Amino acid sequence: MITVRTDSIFYWLCLICAALAGLLMLGFFVQLSLSSAATWREFGLGFLFSRDWDPVANHFGALPSIVGTLCTTVIALLIAIPLAFAAALFLVDAPPLIAGVLSHAIDLLAAIPSVIYGMWGLFVLAPIMQAHVQPFMVDVLRLHQLPLLGRYVGEYYNGFGILTAGLILAIMVLPYICAILRDVIRMTPPMLREAAYGIGCTRWETAKDIVLRYGIRGVLGGIFIGLGRALGETMAVLFVIGNLMDMPEDIFSGATTIAATLANNFAEADGLQRSALFALGLVLLLMSFAIQVAAQYYLHATSARRGESRS
Amino acid sequence: MKSKRSITTRKWTDRLVRAFSALAVALAVLTMLWIIGTVIAYGHHALRPSFLINPSRPYGIANGGIANALLGTIAITFGAAAIAVPPALLGGIYLSEYKDNRAITSVLRFSATVMMGMPSVIIGLFVYMIMVVPSGHFSGLAGSVALAIIMYPVIMRSTEDMLGMVPYTLRESALALGMTRTRTTLRIISFAARKGLLTGVLLALARVSGETAPLLFTALFADSWPTNYFGGPTANMPVLITEYATNSPFAEMHQAGWGAALVVMMLVLTINIATRLLFRGQNDGH
Amino acid sequence: MATKISARNLSFFYGSHQALFDNCLDIEERRVTAVIGPSGCGKSTHLRIYNRIFELYRDQRASGELLIDGVNILDPQIDVLELRRKVGMIFQKPTPFPMSVFENIAYALKLHFKLPRKELQQRVEQALRAASLWDEVKDKLKNSGLALSGGQQQRLCIARAIAVEPEILLMDEPTSAIDPVATLKIEELMLDLKEKYTIVVVTHNMQQAARVSDNTAFFFKGHIIEDGPTARIFTNPKQKKTEEYITGRFG
Repeated sequence: MITVRTDSIFYWLCLICAALAGLLMLGFFVQLSLSSAATWREFGLGFLFSRDWDPVANHFGALPSIVGTLCTTVIALLIAIPLAFAAALFLVDAPPLIAGVLSHAIDLLAAIPSVIYGMWGLFVLAPIMQAHVQPFMVDVLRLHQLPLLGRYVGEYYNGFGILTAGLILAIMVLPYICAILRDVIRMTPPMLREAAYGIGCTRWETAKDIVLRYGIRGVLGGIFIGLGRALGETMAVLFVIGNLMDMPEDIFSGATTIAATLANNFAEADGLQRSALFALGLVLLLMSFAIQVAAQYYLHATSARRGESRS
Repeated sequence: MKSKRSITTRKWTDRLVRAFSALAVALAVLTMLWIIGTVIAYGHHALRPSFLINPSRPYGIANGGIANALLGTIAITFGAAAIAVPPALLGGIYLSEYKDNRAITSVLRFSATVMMGMPSVIIGLFVYMIMVVPSGHFSGLAGSVALAIIMYPVIMRSTEDMLGMVPYTLRESALALGMTRTRTTLRIISFAARKGLLTGVLLALARVSGETAPLLFTALFADSWPTNYFGGPTANMPVLITEYATNSPFAEMHQAGWGAALVVMMLVLTINIATRLLFRGQNDGH
Repeated sequence: MATKISARNLSFFYGSHQALFDNCLDIEERRVTAVIGPSGCGKSTHLRIYNRIFELYRDQRASGELLIDGVNILDPQIDVLELRRKVGMIFQKPTPFPMSVFENIAYALKLHFKLPRKELQQRVEQALRAASLWDEVKDKLKNSGLALSGGQQQRLCIARAIAVEPEILLMDEPTSAIDPVATLKIEELMLDLKEKYTIVVVTHNMQQAARVSDNTAFFFKGHIIEDGPTARIFTNPKQKKTEEYITGRFG
């Protein structure tokens, strides 16, 4: 009798502890909604589309932060995805010992604290961007004179801004995407790869046409994981983004992201501005949540198929 | 056949891609070495004994150090572990051992996985509202709670995975001996998976010990010793680095910031690498 | 009858482990040659040398000569992409690519040839007809290749292999994962295909070898014990080992 009691107490204890995950998740939404209520009452959904962030006039809009977040994230992924895929291809085909060492080395990129990325960006990368990379892009490549795309490159630079932040984010998310792509490539049935080589595919043709298509859901899952990382990263971006509450004009512009805005303004904010910051937090929460759901959806489907093909 | 595609072109494309692949790996690894090298190059000057044993001081006062921030970080991180580890382990046990309600299990597992990807800055905001505002002050404890919320889903999921690796026959034979479910789980299953569980906890610890953003909203910073863990702003390494690097124009402070960054990085990487080696040892053993 | 493939002292190594020992074998053009033997005897390994697919794996190595039309294809100068177009391969399990039925074949074609859309379609149809699959799939060309039945998938793979105009078809236990009725269809197909192609089929099924092949080679522990016309091998084996295997005393 007593043993049954212990067992049921233990069961409920475990259940409650596990349920914390769901409760906390819910708690985030409730708390941020409550704390940002004043903003939604004041500006409604217009908050999302307004460009002004003016604490003096007590008017707040989320658009610059949202656009900055999206721009840095897109740049990060544009750089990180091809590199991660290429690196994953190399690591899967390399001799096991070399692949092991190099994979661990790349994984270490994910272990370095983000504040150190921030410092490195501030003191090392930004000066290099200003002295070498950006002058090269403007004076030598003359990218700003390109038709159509040119206006997004910009002519004036100071080392900080969206491009620099995107670059650092790319380095930070690379190990996450690369690790998942490695798994995806390894999961391709060997016989399918052999069949591709068997009809005369090169390694690259096999990788892009067969392996990538076969594991497309896993690839998408990996990209969403990277996207989630880049979207919510705070410190590394805070140090190099320039922290301007304006709409970015081009990729050299100083800008801000939701996370950077929160970290940068929270200490001095009160009243409606604080509520507006919580509203930004809620926006970030919703974006991250949607991305994580998508990532899990794709990754789950992949692992399910892996289980299937094993049997 | 009439119009054959050029094999030479296809082969060169393949070679080009392979070269790019090797380049991508080299780029990633070299960047890693570059960042670590930079921190060592700029930070090692600061590593004098006085830097490690003196507390931080405002600019202009000589012999400032990082001892208070180091102690604060240790207090906040272990505080976080103390808060997060028990419920995370029990929650992991629930996900792994009790399959009575699949719907609940999968919802909770899903929540935990989604929480693992939540931006830490949001967790900072959340803890600010539930702890700093009601109590009226920042505190090291609030910092611990924020880090605990980050650790909890990570440890819970790793616990579930590690327990899942324990062979099912072990459970059955323990139960067949007449042991209670509770005893079986705690004494036999968890014991069998102990290295894996420890690995999960240590990796989570390494991950949060460098976390900065949530601490800006909770522990904040102070130049004093971390005696005020429960009642006021508490010194810690990540916020010290942020302050010295961004809010100070002085080279001296920057150098102290690099020194602090070096200490944090060594701490995090040491735990990380040591843990991986430990876990690999376990795999080899089986 | 002309010799299409000729193995000369072919040996094979997995790392330091030798799996094949001085295999010598002549394979006649436009005939079906069956390769039989107990599992693990090296018959698949032997086949995988013919299109150099083993080179995908770091520690696998072949020595000796393998002549196709008198040219040693193990020579590093030989272009493996072109070799693999000429020497198609069918695997134990169907391996349709993750794309539509049409694309499965069109992809292989586009890999090697520049074709106008119209001709591409014609040639896909031709290949599907040649693999006697056209009637079954002509209404679902846009469906995924993975949605077909196992036997259809395997014939799709055969269609894909013959679309690129090979001269040789290697089949590595092509019916081992397929039901008996579908197996029969594939066996009939093999008899049709030998009009145009030289076929080498690895099989663990002796009835199948007897039904489809003109010549048979018997492998045991990495050695070719005996080879010759199938009728003779099955009725009048010269070697004791062959006889024991044929009569089912081991294997």
